[in-house]
Amino acid sequence: MQIKVIVLIVSTFILGHQVNAQNVDLFAEEKGPTSDIITSTFKSTRIVNGQSIENTGAGILDFRISHRFGALSQGSYSLFGLDQATMRIGLDYGITKRLMIGFGRSTYEKQYDGFVKFKIIQQQDGEKSIPFGISYVGTSIYKTLKDPATSYIPYSSDRFSFAHQILIASKINDYFSIQLSPTLVHYNLVEDAKIPNDFKSLGVSSRIRISKRVNITTEYFHRFDKLAGYYDPLSLGFDIETGGHVFQLHVSNSTGMTERTFINETAGSWGKGDLCFGFNIVRAFTIRKPKELRNIKW
Amino acid sequence: MRKIKILLAVFVMSISIQLNAQKVFATKAGQILFNATGGIEKIAAVNNQVDSKFGEATGQIIFAVLIKGFKFENQLMEDHFNENYMESSKFPKAEFKGYIKNIKEVNFSKDGKYGADFEGDLIIHGVSKKVSTKGQIEIAQGKPTIVGEFSVKLADYGIKGSYIGDKIAGEVKIKVNCKYQN
Repeated sequence: MQIKVIVLIVSTFILGHQVNAQNVDLFAEEKGPTSDIITSTFKSTRIVNGQSIENTGAGILDFRISHRFGALSQGSYSLFGLDQATMRIGLDYGITKRLMIGFGRSTYEKQYDGFVKFKIIQQQDGEKSIPFGISYVGTSIYKTLKDPATSYIPYSSDRFSFAHQILIASKINDYFSIQLSPTLVHYNLVEDAKIPNDFKSLGVSSRIRISKRVNITTEYFHRFDKLAGYYDPLSLGFDIETGGHVFQLHVSNSTGMTERTFINETAGSWGKGDLCFGFNIVRAFTIRKPKELRNIKW
Repeated sequence: MRKIKILLAVFVMSISIQLNAQKVFATKAGQILFNATGGIEKIAAVNNQVDSKFGEATGQIIFAVLIKGFKFENQLMEDHFNENYMESSKFPKAEFKGYIKNIKEVNFSKDGKYGADFEGDLIIHGVSKKVSTKGQIEIAQGKPTIVGEFSVKLADYGIKGSYIGDKIAGEVKIKVNCKYQN
């Protein structure tokens, strides 16, 4: 019996030592992998015309100028479309990491637009892997162009149209990202009773990185409900990053910059050479510093 | 009787643990700042989630930090830092593994400031380099705080980019401030 007790005591001593020996070497202790939110799926909050899954950071104000020239097919008389230009000028602001808002004014139809974009799910890798991110964008567009004089006197609500989009995006690797954007565009007023008010479409967009600062983007929307006489928009662009801003250059058969205009009302056709050159310039301003950076003495 | 013996054994075991246990100080909320301003524009960031541990007896010390955890004032700068310079998807962590060489000179039961000599391997951007630097350990109510300041040359760690040496300083100042719990 006594031997048993001694054996027990000795063994516990040894056990105790062993437990401690394991704790001593701090280098050997490796932390397991943790979840990591994927960033920079796209380089900007727009791919070409359409919204990307990216948001402006919390407290960041983006000043965005977008220009679309006329079609190359207009020929040398109007310098391959450069004589004609439509533009949109806008401000985007990140309220939180997940929520951003934006306002803009386009020369086309003298439209005002406002949108809200919210990140519902963020792509992650590591322990808890989520292979794609999902965002919602709601846009309302208000046309202020004066209506032609007809017997019907429109209500001001007739000037509104809306777009709802779910953005599903995945950064496959550092060099390739893809996004699907199911879209519903609603017009409060259409030309006649035969035309529906709701138009469904699906956007497919991608980003391919070709160097540290240059990415190629593509953007296509397939329309399930079509307005007669219009084409599906297809755009091809370059995203060029410099220190403080992103510069986006592209060719597209669309000159519109609001969802309703470029998805449903693209008059140009790639087949007829109606390609339009355009660019977006974005400059970011920090309005609200991240809270980690307040009260720091550099 | 038997129960008492088991209790005795457990008691002995717990004593043996206490006698042998090296005290390990740890934090998951240490701070690392860096400043890489080369021109007019401030290029600086902070990370408040530094993971660090050190042993009182051996002086063994580790710091680990996630590159994506560095916060910049400018979101775009943060994206460039991760994607173009640090390549954080390939090299998610920066680490230091080394020793406080004069740990014996630090009296953990007495409040005060003690100079500390660090030596070990600094791993940034997947490149490991031997470094040594001086810092300070401050003891307040038995809790140590380590502060230190040193600089690294980006070229030593294979960090490349056209702005380095121009807008971005070639040598980056790093400040460490970690308050440990016991």
